[in-house]
Amino acid sequence: MEALKNIESLLYFSPEILLVVFAVAVIILDLVVKNRESVAVAYLSLLGLGCVFGAVLFTHASLGSNESISLFLGMIRLDRFAIFFKIILLLATAATILFSLRSEELDAQLKGEYYALLLAVTLGMFLMASSTNLLMIFISLETVSLTSYILAGFLTHSPRSSEAAFKYITYGAVASGTMLFGLSLLFGMTGTGDLGQISAKLTEMFNAGDVYPLAVLVSITFILAGVGYKIASVPFHMWSPDVYEGAPIPITAFLSVASKSAGFALFIRFFYSGFGSSELMQSVDWTLMLAVVSALTMTVGNLAALPQRNVKRLLAYSSIAHGGYLLMGGVLLTAEGIGAILFYLVVYLFMNLGAFYVVVLIANEVGSEMIEGYRGLSSRAPLVAGAMAIFLFSLTGIPPFAGFFGKWVLFTAVIDKGLYWLAFVGLLNSVVSLYYYARIVKAMYLESTEDTETERVSFSTGTFALLSVFVVPTVLIGFLNIFYTFSNIALQP
Amino acid sequence: MSLQHYLVISAMLFTLGIFAVLTRRNAISILMGIELILNSCNLNFAAFSRFVTPPENIDGQIIAIFGIVLAAAEAAVFLAIILAIYREFGSIRPNEVDTLKG
Repeated sequence: MEALKNIESLLYFSPEILLVVFAVAVIILDLVVKNRESVAVAYLSLLGLGCVFGAVLFTHASLGSNESISLFLGMIRLDRFAIFFKIILLLATAATILFSLRSEELDAQLKGEYYALLLAVTLGMFLMASSTNLLMIFISLETVSLTSYILAGFLTHSPRSSEAAFKYITYGAVASGTMLFGLSLLFGMTGTGDLGQISAKLTEMFNAGDVYPLAVLVSITFILAGVGYKIASVPFHMWSPDVYEGAPIPITAFLSVASKSAGFALFIRFFYSGFGSSELMQSVDWTLMLAVVSALTMTVGNLAALPQRNVKRLLAYSSIAHGGYLLMGGVLLTAEGIGAILFYLVVYLFMNLGAFYVVVLIANEVGSEMIEGYRGLSSRAPLVAGAMAIFLFSLTGIPPFAGFFGKWVLFTAVIDKGLYWLAFVGLLNSVVSLYYYARIVKAMYLESTEDTETERVSFSTGTFALLSVFVVPTVLIGFLNIFYTFSNIALQP
Repeated sequence: MSLQHYLVISAMLFTLGIFAVLTRRNAISILMGIELILNSCNLNFAAFSRFVTPPENIDGQIIAIFGIVLAAAEAAVFLAIILAIYREFGSIRPNEVDTLKG
């Protein structure tokens, strides 16, 4: 199908347009409302996300029987894959806004621009999931990065937060600069910015034997630096523990889920749709390279998590490790592998956001992010402790929780293609991860606080309602076929 | 001047940028290194647009212009964050900004 012209594209672009409209509306409302205590802006942005969700469903309906529609002269593609990621991103953003409302850490600072930035970063991620042109890829990546830097450093009175933003932007700017250099080489070799044309042109050049594999290798490796930094894969993961620890907790949750999902969307779009089908895959041994990166990422993440005492930092390393598991599905660039990534992302969304929500609650009540703060939680807040235990066991991959099924699907995809050693490394890593996840559970259930603070901590009904939104899917997703179907539908090319 | 000249210069700029980022002990100098990296990319795009693609196709130059815009945006955010760092730590030397580790 021919790419639509600019004006015709607007209809299919309605979710993104609505995001911009609401981001501006949030800023205006913030100027109008004088009362600093007011939470009107937060609810307006939630309303905005609801409208965007409706628009996403509308674009899905208007896609009809088409596999995909190319918008804005081939800059952006609307397909089920993009819609899948848009829904994941919307859920993550909505959860982040709800966390922010309840986080006392952010209380004094919650202003319109915080929510406007959250909507803007969502817009960037939407574009990341759907861009099919080198220029669009770079612009969307930078939109996401620049707004995330600001959000990470949003606590202006906190040195930790400023330091997190500083480290984030230093690593991020170099990684995205390196990626842009790789994109420029790719552009030079093929003379076009469109992913489909680049793939076709490179294949044609390979068949004619007039391309230097080294040039392709260098440019793709440079591009991997940018993508690898977004998904925090080794060796581009150094920023993530510091940023995750220093940033406000809701933003940490957002970065670990939404930013990673958008990075994987870009990775899959670039490598699977762009290069997976052509002879390029045979010319350079990508499988081995990605497999080694994946194995290193999960090993480094898990080993570094072992000695951590700060739960936020521990979850940061755990999120690096999960990036490694997710990459396992991307190693082979097969449909099963990609489907496994998509399914695991859904699972990861619920269990990781849930775990971070508990961290927010504990930081509010106990005022600490350290493991010591979790001592005796089972008697003081049994429901919250139970929920946290479910999230942590699910992150480990213990049945019957969703994490088990997610890993099951990923490992099956890898074993099917004969990469036994990678599956073995993955299994070993899951065992290692049990140690540090179980330490938190041990603190909650087996240790007690010295100062006998045994009075129960009470939480509001809203807190429990929000918590159950994460607990229920974490327990049930594995048993529901609908989610497998959901991630497979997204794969229709 | 052929394409090679431009590519060599941009490769040098890129390497110098990475070198500056790795060795400089001042946040502003790191920012300058990052700007070098971004400019080397813009030079690449413009050169490829002039020598590789047909003359009526100006995709490369357009990407270079967007590259300049994004570099400016990045510099603005980076300087703002440096300012915040200076307020909190009284220094903009990265090795003195180290409360988070482990």
